[in-house]
Amino acid sequence: MPKNDPISPKTLELIRAQMSRRGFIAGAGGLGAAGLLAACGTGTSGGKPGTSSSPTAISDTGGTVRWANWTLYLDYESKTKKYPTLEAFQKQSGIKVNYKEDVNDNDEFYGKVQGQLKLGQDIGYDIVTLTDWMAARWIRLGYTQKIDVAGIPNKVNILDKLSTVGFDPGRNNSLTWQSGFAGFGWNKQKLPGGIKTLDQLFAPANKGKIEVLSEMRDTMGIILQFQGVDIESNFTEAQFMNGIDFLQKKISDGFIRKVAGNSYKEDLISGDAVAVIGWSGDLFQLNSENNGKFEFALPESGGTLWSDNMMIPSTSHNRLNAEKVMNYYYEPAVAAQVAAYVNYICPVKGAQAEMEKIDPALAKSPYIFPDATALSKAKVFRTLTPAEETTFTTAFQKATGN
Amino acid sequence: MAFLQSAVTRAGTFTGRKGRLPYLLLLPGMLWLFTFFILPIINLAGTSTQTPVLGGDTGQYVQTFRLANYIDAFNAARPQFARSFIYAFLATLLALAISYPLAYAIAFRSGRFKNILLVLVVAPFFTSFLLRTVAWKQILGEEGFVVPTLRALHIIGPQATLTASALAVVTGMTYNFLPFMTLPLYASLERIDPRTLEASNDLYANGITTFRKVTFPLSMPGVVAGTLLTFIPAAGDYVNAAILGNPNTTMIGNVIDSRFFRIVDYPTAAALSFMLMAAILILVTIYIRRSGTDELV
Repeated sequence: MPKNDPISPKTLELIRAQMSRRGFIAGAGGLGAAGLLAACGTGTSGGKPGTSSSPTAISDTGGTVRWANWTLYLDYESKTKKYPTLEAFQKQSGIKVNYKEDVNDNDEFYGKVQGQLKLGQDIGYDIVTLTDWMAARWIRLGYTQKIDVAGIPNKVNILDKLSTVGFDPGRNNSLTWQSGFAGFGWNKQKLPGGIKTLDQLFAPANKGKIEVLSEMRDTMGIILQFQGVDIESNFTEAQFMNGIDFLQKKISDGFIRKVAGNSYKEDLISGDAVAVIGWSGDLFQLNSENNGKFEFALPESGGTLWSDNMMIPSTSHNRLNAEKVMNYYYEPAVAAQVAAYVNYICPVKGAQAEMEKIDPALAKSPYIFPDATALSKAKVFRTLTPAEETTFTTAFQKATGN
Repeated sequence: MAFLQSAVTRAGTFTGRKGRLPYLLLLPGMLWLFTFFILPIINLAGTSTQTPVLGGDTGQYVQTFRLANYIDAFNAARPQFARSFIYAFLATLLALAISYPLAYAIAFRSGRFKNILLVLVVAPFFTSFLLRTVAWKQILGEEGFVVPTLRALHIIGPQATLTASALAVVTGMTYNFLPFMTLPLYASLERIDPRTLEASNDLYANGITTFRKVTFPLSMPGVVAGTLLTFIPAAGDYVNAAILGNPNTTMIGNVIDSRFFRIVDYPTAAALSFMLMAAILILVTIYIRRSGTDELV
């Protein structure tokens, strides 16, 4: 959030709760999606994996790029109602960017466009921004186009940790937009001792005032690492189910009051929750709005590192323009401008130095520019096979009451 | 569409030109229902018997007409089914207990304030359903006045909370569906001829007997309509459970949501939706039959 935003923190909080970036706010996502239920019903039947039409012919026509991103995920000026970095890009390149905050939820977005992707029809976007595991699915199904390195010289600026990932070795089909940690967040007044381990999170004193994330890979990633499982390795189903048992026990014993998306932020503010498994960026924002009342730390046994990734759908005809957008946002100065607004981990090398010019305090923020030790304490949940994905998600949803 | 047209033409030949008009007037509604109710239902039924493509990716299903999907789905979500009906039943009872006196007062005792009171009943609809539910989170939360007051009065312990509980879910549902209960009750109470009450009085019935033998029976259409309008959406509701509940208070709507969007298990979600519809239909049919008001509703 820009510090000089005229909207009061309280209002912002409400807006955020309404259009949470990663979280699924109960109704909002669901209600909007309700109309889709029928649409996605039989759309998938009979489909064979990997049979989507090959990427269509690539042209540089139109001079436009249509980009789907999450809400509150690009620097925005409420006075002018414009995205400053995007405006600058359009002026400098002459390419018109049609930026839409159309991603509310990975699954929901996928449900909306998958039918067209399968048939090779234009989905209306030239760049989509999706989380690791969903990006993995798109790449696996051939729904993305290969990115041409020649078109994105700035690709070399990507953080080493993110330069190659399990679902996209060498980053040929995706490029990180922003990243974040999942770890522990707590109220410093209520818990001055802080939280470093899962045992401390589930201390008897916190019973009924703990919330964990509804994002399976983040909550389970932290539990599994506490149980000594390396989530980047090929851990087994039995190991995963051990973690599920742990979670299930904490829920049935009444330790966990909620399994939530971003809404844990409101509960931390109101005092209904005192400790959470939450996201670094959220805790950073909470902290700056509440005089440092909250704290975030990666678990001693390890937290998770997630990313949202820009990809060019197989149905796009504007690959070259899309690459220009990606290249632009990998310029350190531009990346720093975005990071100053969104407060998530900036994936671009050199942005830290640029941030010194914008806001020296932010340049020191471990939330935006984590040092090597912090990065080494956070792991990326390994890519699951489709069968594992279904089994694990089902187990997690069941354990959390669904 | 063919059957509609043939119905229209048949009606035309039987009763001449005049008879055609009602069918033409029905057409927009029928088209609407066909497109947005019948077609999706057929689609849903088709989805509910599909099975995953062997070796396929997440969310890929193929039609195999596997009816056992229904049994599996039911067994997996039994507690949530039970909870949905219990919570909906409690919310309906509570709403009835609150609404009846309210509707009675508006209908018989409000005088010139009648219209203002009616507007007040409907006023909550001017705000979003979601916002109103989130507001309850604040009312019952640590920042609200309810918890500190109850603690000060030693009704609840210093550590006890009201949010994230079954109580909060039922409270939220009761509140959210209250107008659906109040308005039909008011409509049927308001229609009661005051002379019937006078007659009861003339026949030496006291207030209680008059209510029991005259007022309440005459308001039955309102009671039935109100309870149905509350119970049916409440049983399928998932917003209250998601916002005000905890992982141990989830309802069937939450399971359907999670199956559709988290697990991407369309067949189970479709089967659950169908079973919910069927269960409600059966309950409602029994209820209307037993209350003997099928011709009144």
